[in-house]
Amino acid sequence: MSSLVIAEHNNQTLNVATLNAVAAAAKLAGDVHVLVAGHNCGAVAQAAAHAAGVSKVLCADAPHYAHALAENVAPLVVGLAGAYSHVLVAATTSGKNVMPRIAALLDVAQLSEIIEVKSDDTFVRPIYAGNVLATVQSLDGIKAITVRTTAFDPVATTGGTGTVEAIAAGPDAGLSQFVGEELTKSSRPELAAASIIVSGGRGVGSSENFAIIEALADKLGAAVGASRAAVDAGYVPNDYQVGQTGKVVAPQLYVAIGISGAIQHLAGMKDSKVIVAINKDEEAPIFQVADYGLVGDLFKEVPALVEALSK
Amino acid sequence: MKILVAVKRAIDYNVKARPKSDGSGVDLANVKMSMNPFDEIAVEEAIRLQEAGKAGEIVAVSVGPAACQETLRTAMAMGADRGILVQTDDEVQPLAVAKLLKALVDKEQPGLVILGKQAIDDDSNQTGQMLAGLLGWGQGTFAAKVEIGDGTASVKREVDGGIQTLTVKLPLVVTADLRLNEPRYVKLPNIMKAKKKPLDTVTPADLGVDITPRIKLVKVSEPPARAGGVKVADVNELVAKLRNEAKVI
Ligand SMILES: Cc1cc2nc3c(=O)[nH]c(=O)nc-3n(C[C@H](O)[C@H](O)[C@H](O)COP(=O)(O)OP(=O)(O)OC[C@H]3O[C@@H](n4cnc5c(N)ncnc54)[C@H](O)[C@@H]3O)c2cc1C
Ligand SMILES: Nc1ncnc2c1ncn2[C@@H]1O[C@H](COP(=O)(O)O)[C@@H](O)[C@H]1O
Repeated sequence: MSSLVIAEHNNQTLNVATLNAVAAAAKLAGDVHVLVAGHNCGAVAQAAAHAAGVSKVLCADAPHYAHALAENVAPLVVGLAGAYSHVLVAATTSGKNVMPRIAALLDVAQLSEIIEVKSDDTFVRPIYAGNVLATVQSLDGIKAITVRTTAFDPVATTGGTGTVEAIAAGPDAGLSQFVGEELTKSSRPELAAASIIVSGGRGVGSSENFAIIEALADKLGAAVGASRAAVDAGYVPNDYQVGQTGKVVAPQLYVAIGISGAIQHLAGMKDSKVIVAINKDEEAPIFQVADYGLVGDLFKEVPALVEALSK
Repeated sequence: MKILVAVKRAIDYNVKARPKSDGSGVDLANVKMSMNPFDEIAVEEAIRLQEAGKAGEIVAVSVGPAACQETLRTAMAMGADRGILVQTDDEVQPLAVAKLLKALVDKEQPGLVILGKQAIDDDSNQTGQMLAGLLGWGQGTFAAKVEIGDGTASVKREVDGGIQTLTVKLPLVVTADLRLNEPRYVKLPNIMKAKKKPLDTVTPADLGVDITPRIKLVKVSEPPARAGGVKVADVNELVAKLRNEAKVI
């Protein structure tokens, strides 16, 4: 049997998270096929066909697939799923939105955010904010899976020799409509892809003060993240949130500034290779996971750090 | 328009869960349990819609053992009008919860079902989407703002890149994200009042739903612990360590 990976894209470019999901699928028996459902999405289908390990791309092109609405994409996948043993998608907000709907329509359980493939039916996934790892075995015929991207290195964007096959679009369910989106614009790297992340918490104190965090991020070529408290207080947009219920990241270097280290925050960053914490409270739990801890006032230490990096 | 809200009894968010030493499951003995935080947000949203004249009765539903009555009483103390406990001591996985909720939706005919986006114990983030699929309804997941219009709802959603706005037909399923609202504190007189509100109990068998788990727990383990780190004296030492020891900059 083979696997079907649902591609995430914006109709022009393939989101790298898809390549992480393909990497997970490659650990399963059989071929890896990719579904690109979108509108005027031919370039995405080509890109997916070139990804290492992909043998076939199914492309469904219709206006009502332009925004990956779950109500439209789910029935399309359900129609294809009979030919597959596994259906996978990256555990992005888009993947998390659509896969459970697919699973329910197939009457199968979903395995959320797997971090390891043990065999074709057995997987490891974190539960309880990552404080417990569960090894779970699916008893269903078709395995519906979301893939935690940080746990699987993306396959190469080249080397694949997949064929692209146009498939018929299903109907527009007419249940939901895309109205618009306010996407955070930034010249910095994306959180999901960055090799260095500098995050600020409540200790930063205001959205103006976040300039201190940004200055350090720019010095390091890093992405900017935040704790829930900093997002809730309006210092930064919601998509900066790292944690159990925000983004899960695992960069080479994660710098936590004015963040206490609540379990929900740790859940999103404790697999980072190196963790630095700057906090004025030497008892802050963040120091328990930090490789390098600096006890001090962030308003003094962070500008000093930027200066030290310039030397 | 009636609203159905799903509330799960889960480990309190302040508690750090640990596997049992034999790896057979999570150690929940003497652990503080509370309403799943996202479900508090879901209940609050239902109450605000009712207060704004956009909704009628609010029915809270919980699936699990008898202790879930407590969770339902909390929802009623916040402002839900009545509660339904689908009682079982067996493990109920998200697909089964969704099927049970569907059976109740068929009975109760709400115009809106609100769930939390994620239960903080299993971290599944599935049930609302599954319910919407089973019902053939639209879904407004990870909601940061919900406005009920004429036959449709406008839902602002927290997505990876920022905020997305959808128009979804009524009836629909909404799942609450963190910034949808800030749940109210329960006042003592309301706890007393909640004790008098109706709470019905049904079983999965009454609803004709097979809840047999489809996922078998093989074992649980603790994630690898991080090796203890060091404190540095100043930024210069930090930069030196990052450059020469960790080699990450
Ligand atoms: C359902 C649920 C889901 C959640 N999901 C997430 C999530 O995904 N991500 C997340 O981050 N949180 C999440 N949380 C919230 C989490 O529990 C914490 O409340 C949050 O992480 C705290 O953020 P913080 O560390 O910035 O703030 P605080 O805990 O208030 O810590 C601020 C820190 O800043 C330090 N500080 C203050 N001033 C200075 C200064 N001048 N110099 C240096 N240090 C200073 C203080 O010593 C303190 O340690 C969730 C909570 C719930 C209930
Ligand atoms: N046993 C349950 N009883 C009531 N509601 C539940 C139950 N399990 C899940 N839910 C609802 O579904 C949401 C998502 O849960 P999950 O899919 O398990 O992450 C929760 O926030 C609840 O609103």
